[in-house]
Amino acid sequence: MAQLPLHTAGPYVAAAYIVFVALILLYVAIMAGKLSRIERELGELTELAQRTRGPGDGQDAL
Amino acid sequence: MYGKRLRGLALSTFAALTLTLALVLFWAPNDAYLGFLQKIFYIHVPLAIVTLCGFIAGGVMAIQHLRTRDPRWDMRSYVAIHISLVFGVGVLITGSIWAKGAWGHWWVWDEPTLVSFLLIMLLYATYQPLRFAIEDPERQARSASVFAIVAGVFVPINFAIVRLSTAYVHPRTLSNISGNLPGRMQVVFYLAVVSVALLWVTLWRYEMTSKHASAQLRALKRLLGGDEDEAPARRSAAPSVTHLGGVR
Amino acid sequence: MSAPPTRTVLAALLRKDLRVELRSFESVPAMALFSVTTFVLFHFGLRQDSLSGDLASGVLWVTLLFASVLGINRLFVADAEQGGFDGFLLSPADRSALLLAKALALLAYLVVLELVAVPAFALLLLKPSIGPALPGLLVVLALADIGVAVIGTLVGALAVRTRARDLLGPLLSLPMLVPVVLGAARATEPLFATHAGALPLRWLAILALYDLVFALIAFALFDFLLED
Repeated sequence: MAQLPLHTAGPYVAAAYIVFVALILLYVAIMAGKLSRIERELGELTELAQRTRGPGDGQDAL
Repeated sequence: MYGKRLRGLALSTFAALTLTLALVLFWAPNDAYLGFLQKIFYIHVPLAIVTLCGFIAGGVMAIQHLRTRDPRWDMRSYVAIHISLVFGVGVLITGSIWAKGAWGHWWVWDEPTLVSFLLIMLLYATYQPLRFAIEDPERQARSASVFAIVAGVFVPINFAIVRLSTAYVHPRTLSNISGNLPGRMQVVFYLAVVSVALLWVTLWRYEMTSKHASAQLRALKRLLGGDEDEAPARRSAAPSVTHLGGVR
Repeated sequence: MSAPPTRTVLAALLRKDLRVELRSFESVPAMALFSVTTFVLFHFGLRQDSLSGDLASGVLWVTLLFASVLGINRLFVADAEQGGFDGFLLSPADRSALLLAKALALLAYLVVLELVAVPAFALLLLKPSIGPALPGLLVVLALADIGVAVIGTLVGALAVRTRARDLLGPLLSLPMLVPVVLGAARATEPLFATHAGALPLRWLAILALYDLVFALIAFALFDFLLED
């Protein structure tokens, strides 16, 4: 088989590496969703802790 | 604690992958037959190797789960298979692109590695539906572990059988994948395998950290008496985190 | 109470399964009918009146595979729905006896299926006469049946207590049975050729090895599927 010239091979190679990067980014996006859920639940817990401890000592809340 | 030293691991993965990519593009020689197209090889083959090793690792972790009955091993096995499935999708797509570029078709049946990989992916694609269909968490974990072990054994056997079925008909062009590569290509190839393996380990640890964090959160919620407003646990394919509550 | 000898348990379980099948006719007639219907479908789908060589062996094995999946799906359903599992688990019997009994029952179903399907195939689709191919074919059938029985029992037990067992059974068993079909079809190919060749021993060895490996795995893991 003749060696493929760069302008035909280039898009294929680029596509393969784009797939790789896209998969990682997709994974990051899914993990971002999970992280924001953890953040929300932590917020609820902080509120709960503040309510049971009584108001006043919650200065560290953002 | 899965988050320990995770940042260092992530940074070394980043460095290794960047270095690999740079060497692939600027240092590795072009292949005599395939030319520039051969560069797909440095992402496709390491991904495939790491995926298969990940599946087998998931099986080994499942053996640990059945032996120790420790739900953490089930979680580890689940995450290993989960990450490998994501990688496996990448293998199929990059393999398909390679086939299109090299042979002009998006799929070639006389490439035994590609075919057996498809079979393995078809089998593992049922892993999550299987978990999802079992409600009792302990039975879910046990059945999933049995599946993970059986499928883990299936991986190498299937490879051998599918290869045997075509090896004698078609002489393989890339028969010894690393043996006949020129020196520079070999260096880059091994580096690529190491980088992708590092990426796998990083993602595995990342996911474990996330699961562990939500488990601890759930446990904390119970401790603080937030039980009454806790939504009923959603049915999911993942090992139930409440079940793991408080464990490290 | 001491555990009854495994052989007694095995015989009792096997007798129970076969008797249930003889009274209800739940699996085997459907499997046999399905295989004949599939041959007719292949006739129209491929637009061929008679087949030989690799096409013939492929059609035969794919049909047998799909027909056996029907049996695999039904294998444990009665036990799961009508308390057969619970009864067995309450008894002090050896758990492996159930694996062996179910695998033997499935093996018996497969043999009956093939008693119908193979003559039907020879009659309807096969171009060369089946006579000279028969001894070799029997060996391949035996080896493939053992593989299907072992994997089918394992997968059946895995899938039966899930909510979507009708879907999961085939989805789990088909990929795992591909090597069996591949080996069996390759081994049968020369037998069905117009100039019949010898039975390829390499594929028989591969089939036997596959059977052995998964039999050992099923033996090691079956207990975990029964626990509650």
